[in-house]
Amino acid sequence: MNAPMKAPVPAGPSRRELIVVSAVAAGGALLVGCSPASLLSIGVKPTDFGAFGPFIRIGQDGAVTVVSKHIEFGQGNHAGLAAIVAEELGADWDTVKVVQAPANARVYANLGMGVQGTGGSSAIANSWPQLRAAGAAARAMFVTAAAKGWKVPAGEVTVKDGIVSHASGKSARFADLLAEAAKVAPPANPALKDPATFTLIGTDRVRRKDSLAKSTGTARFTQDVHLPGMLTAMVAHPPRFGATVKSFDGAEAKKIPGVVDVFQIPTGVAVVANNTWAAHQGREALKVAWDESKAERRGSGAILASYHDIASGRSTPAGEARWQAFETRGGETAPAPGGAVVEAVYDFPYLAHATMEPMNCVAEIGGGKHKLTFGSQIPTVDQLNTGKIAFVLPGSVEIETLFAGGSFGRRANFQSDYVSECVHVAKHVGGGRPVKLVWTREDDMTAGYYRPLTHHAVKVSLGADGYPAHWRHRVVTQSIQKGSPTGVKDVDETTVEGTKGSPYLAATPIVDAQVSMPAIGVPVLWWRSVGATHTAFVMEHTVDQLARAAGKDPVDYRRALYTKAGAHRHLAVLNLALGKAGPAAAAGWTRGVAVHESFGSVVAQIAEVKLDGGVPKVGRVVTAIDCGTAVAPDQIAAQMEGGTCLGLAAALFGQITLTDGAVDQKNFDTYRVLRMNEAPTVETYILPSTAPPSGVGEPGTPVIAPAVANALLALTGKPTTSLPFVKT
Amino acid sequence: MATTLDINGKTIGVTAAPDTPLLWVLRDELGLTGTKYGCGIAQCGACTVHADGAAIRSCQTPIGALAAVKIVTIEGLGGAHPLQAAWVRHDVPQCGYCQSGQIMSAAALMARTPRPSDADIDSAMSGNICRCGTYQRIRAAIKDAGGVRAA
Repeated sequence: MNAPMKAPVPAGPSRRELIVVSAVAAGGALLVGCSPASLLSIGVKPTDFGAFGPFIRIGQDGAVTVVSKHIEFGQGNHAGLAAIVAEELGADWDTVKVVQAPANARVYANLGMGVQGTGGSSAIANSWPQLRAAGAAARAMFVTAAAKGWKVPAGEVTVKDGIVSHASGKSARFADLLAEAAKVAPPANPALKDPATFTLIGTDRVRRKDSLAKSTGTARFTQDVHLPGMLTAMVAHPPRFGATVKSFDGAEAKKIPGVVDVFQIPTGVAVVANNTWAAHQGREALKVAWDESKAERRGSGAILASYHDIASGRSTPAGEARWQAFETRGGETAPAPGGAVVEAVYDFPYLAHATMEPMNCVAEIGGGKHKLTFGSQIPTVDQLNTGKIAFVLPGSVEIETLFAGGSFGRRANFQSDYVSECVHVAKHVGGGRPVKLVWTREDDMTAGYYRPLTHHAVKVSLGADGYPAHWRHRVVTQSIQKGSPTGVKDVDETTVEGTKGSPYLAATPIVDAQVSMPAIGVPVLWWRSVGATHTAFVMEHTVDQLARAAGKDPVDYRRALYTKAGAHRHLAVLNLALGKAGPAAAAGWTRGVAVHESFGSVVAQIAEVKLDGGVPKVGRVVTAIDCGTAVAPDQIAAQMEGGTCLGLAAALFGQITLTDGAVDQKNFDTYRVLRMNEAPTVETYILPSTAPPSGVGEPGTPVIAPAVANALLALTGKPTTSLPFVKT
Repeated sequence: MATTLDINGKTIGVTAAPDTPLLWVLRDELGLTGTKYGCGIAQCGACTVHADGAAIRSCQTPIGALAAVKIVTIEGLGGAHPLQAAWVRHDVPQCGYCQSGQIMSAAALMARTPRPSDADIDSAMSGNICRCGTYQRIRAAIKDAGGVRAA
């Protein structure tokens, strides 16, 4: 914990409050250690959650509403979370509703993070025991109330579809028993259902609750928020990362009808107006001179060349960029001469998340109010950063979380970049007047926080049996977590996850795997499936090249390595996918296979690919996933479909490049993404499992790119050494 | 200068200047927020509405060009349109942000081609981006609404 702050503080804060404020000011180790959830709940208004606790509300009419601590931005987690509660409670699924929880780090913490937040494909997994217990406790309360009223043993009372009943013929609805059930003390350790008796979880009855709202334009996104007196802000941002405002002239901007004010904030110059178009026109009329003395001025080509120099030994990285081992086995001794030596290098570009809804936020700051209304992915961090700017206790920052138009990792930002910007504008406006910060597509795409530019260099010596004997692996990439509140100091796991822990390395006697993480002035961030966006490609495409060098079939080669490594789940999903795919691709199509584990789940894909004018066209994609207990099978399928499309978009077309430090791609005309005519047909098969649920939102993303590369390797004999496949 | 527009069957006077894109008039002045902003340069289709039955990008259409044109937005589709019902049956949406535009493009397609082929769907729908990757469900829902058995 950092020393108490010296800056002025509001009158009368307690010692504990001071510690929190100092931690906020210093941005210290907040996500790990020092019990952040309890510290950050200081300032939270006491809330009466009702008789059934913070996750379940039951109305006078008996209608059940599930409170989701996780944001819904497409992943379908609201369906699964509600189903877990409904299953254990015995609610009538068709009438169950889902609402979004307010910000409250203690009550609504992600049990895998210690703060309130959604990410790492953890929503269902971390909520599984918690929501089962919540539902079961509520069910026990109804059972107890009914048993008492009917004078029958509680063990004979059953609950199903919102009806409490007894074999004698007595039955009641939740509404009938509500008053009495609410008086029952919730059991601390309620008996959970035997999963074998589930009637909702794992069935196709688990459907999204938001499809109608999202098909009629009535679902409420941040972009749609209109509050009385609200101003709309746009901010002129510098053309290069690290640049700042030198001076500005807002005279012409202020002449635009509807423009209310023009002022400087830390990230640029804000134009606030009575409506979006006026703010846009005002910003167009703004003149800003930038101080670029501290800006990152290298192009992406130069940065990549420096990575190549590091990986090849032409330059020796030092300090924080020093080589660090992340997997080592069997020492550095040279392998006995045996089979072939395969060398492969790979380049991966910066990628923008490019969510359909550009980043935006509504803030009301001042006059005793500090409220945010937007799609908050990590509410606790957004509270911290808001508290720091508005100088209020973070727990007192109210957040109303709305649907968000996608994230893919972009909204889980330690700096709360766009949120902080909105808070700065709203603080300047003052008086608690609502301000909606709107980023245009261009703002969003050029703001950084990209998937890091990454280089891998791999050299594998095969033994006489054709299998890896010595695996040398070098990764050069930017750290996502360095300098962040997660406190990562050495190897940032997110740079190597997927290479580290790979069954192929586990099956190799001598492993020498190291990473170098140079500091670059381009902000980077997690991008759906994070490290796996490149490691899955490298491991899966390399293994196909190894199989070719060994003269073996790539599927058989994988099976042998999985068996050697004890990777039974990999083997199982591979076999499931192969069985479902059938013996051969359709005429004219070539198959590629890839398998990868991420976020606790293992996905195998078989992609059917052909070249259409030199451009890969992907048709049928057979997907098998082991994600433990499947809570919402149709949403798992949806995530496999969507993850495959996002992964394929990046593999085919995705790249952010910089010229002299300025981002080249500003909108969808130059940042090409997947469209209807390019979309594959994804079939999803779920491996039966009784294990607890594991991740679904991300694991479907990283597998398609190597599957396509492996199909192209089979088709052309040429390995892919850089993405995207289509360089325009 | 006031401009008179015909939106969802109603004649509405708006105060925005004639060069203002329809998108911002719908959203900010009329509160019809079902139509979304996605790119501002007619590349993503999130802002799709109908102008005399044709799918247009409202982000690039100034209201001054729309006198005597019948405009229909997602709100004007009524909520019980066969496509909207099919969208719900197939649980098409994920984040949902692009879906108003997707449905408006699909509705314009089906008004002229009630049983569209895959090629028709590719042609009519490739101007609408979905980053969540709901394309195959969109295709299935369009075929379902058109009474075409999905392949």
